[in-house]
Amino acid sequence: MCKYANVQIGWRVVRAAQISNFKFQITMSEVKMGKAPEGSEGPGYFLTSLDKIVGMARENSLWPLPFATSCCGIEFMATMASHYDLARFGSERLSFSPRQADVLMVMGTIAKKMGPVLKHVYEQMAEPRWVMAVGACASSGGIFDTYSVLQGIDKVIPVDVYVPGCPPRPEQIIDGILRIQHLATEPLKRRSSEEYRKELAEHGIV
Amino acid sequence: MEEVTDNITTEQEKEIPHDPLIEKLQSQFGEDINNAYESYGMKTIVVSHDRVFEIMKFLKEEPELNYHFLTDECGIHYPLNKGQELGVIYHLHNMMSNNRLRVETFFSSENPVIDSMTPLWPAANWMERETYDFYGIIFEGHPDLKRILNVDDMDYFPMLKQYPLEDATREDKNDVMFGR
Repeated sequence: MCKYANVQIGWRVVRAAQISNFKFQITMSEVKMGKAPEGSEGPGYFLTSLDKIVGMARENSLWPLPFATSCCGIEFMATMASHYDLARFGSERLSFSPRQADVLMVMGTIAKKMGPVLKHVYEQMAEPRWVMAVGACASSGGIFDTYSVLQGIDKVIPVDVYVPGCPPRPEQIIDGILRIQHLATEPLKRRSSEEYRKELAEHGIV
Repeated sequence: MEEVTDNITTEQEKEIPHDPLIEKLQSQFGEDINNAYESYGMKTIVVSHDRVFEIMKFLKEEPELNYHFLTDECGIHYPLNKGQELGVIYHLHNMMSNNRLRVETFFSSENPVIDSMTPLWPAANWMERETYDFYGIIFEGHPDLKRILNVDDMDYFPMLKQYPLEDATREDKNDVMFGR
């Protein structure tokens, strides 16, 4: 006989099986509930604003577009794999089409010839969109201070989060994702902000 | 400018005492075979740039020589060799006898024009485009001489020694931090 219990860990509901002969248990101290947004609560109802709910939904299901050109891409593969398991943060669904992606993750050296391609990919992404520069090369050109390499992707597209390292460890990439999640809680505010519009105009993106 | 030695002659260069290939070429082209030596175990000849196509055609089509495979073609820049600043280097391979030959030719950077090898080896097409891309050497007779690796709107030839390797657009590099 087995008993099932629905346990919420973060925002994910897990069905934990408790089998008497099989030692598998989730104790209550390990179960962490996600933070509810600000709002009024009462018996049988919870009241909050729509943008907070939308932000919460976006935060916990970011679809990354991996733009991996070198060794940082290998670290990202490790981040996606079972040991580090990016799926814990709702980002397991990679989108290889920019139109369905939320986060553009640029991982690796971007040659100057690749610059227009990267910009084209960014332009195809729908709002709200975020950009993460993973590693020294994407952030600043890294060790490739040379005529053929773009000295940081912020020369062609606006960047939200820079992850340092050469290459960064998977923990750092996860930290970057968590920072993007923090930005994603307020997508409506960001999209219409003066700062964001200015940033786009500076890069010649309409 | 600092005193820079950029002598092409290295200690690895050894004279070839008696070689039927070199003698055959010298009897055919005379003074246009400027030099012949062995470097890093590979036979090398230096030829005049205005007859390089004839010499290469001879090396390829003469049945005894039969250097039918163009392994590599690239450029080189020695800015201190006045009048001979730019060069093109060809590597040839005879797969039947497994013999390799390096052919070098040097000319002035004032007029960097040389015959294209594309009529002899179609494989020379991309290698000559690359050489043009990095050194600005113009290959006469090339079907489509344009940049291949660098961005199309680049306005200089980056492997020429007068240009810095570092990217000029970078603002965060403080010379003091690098001891300059």
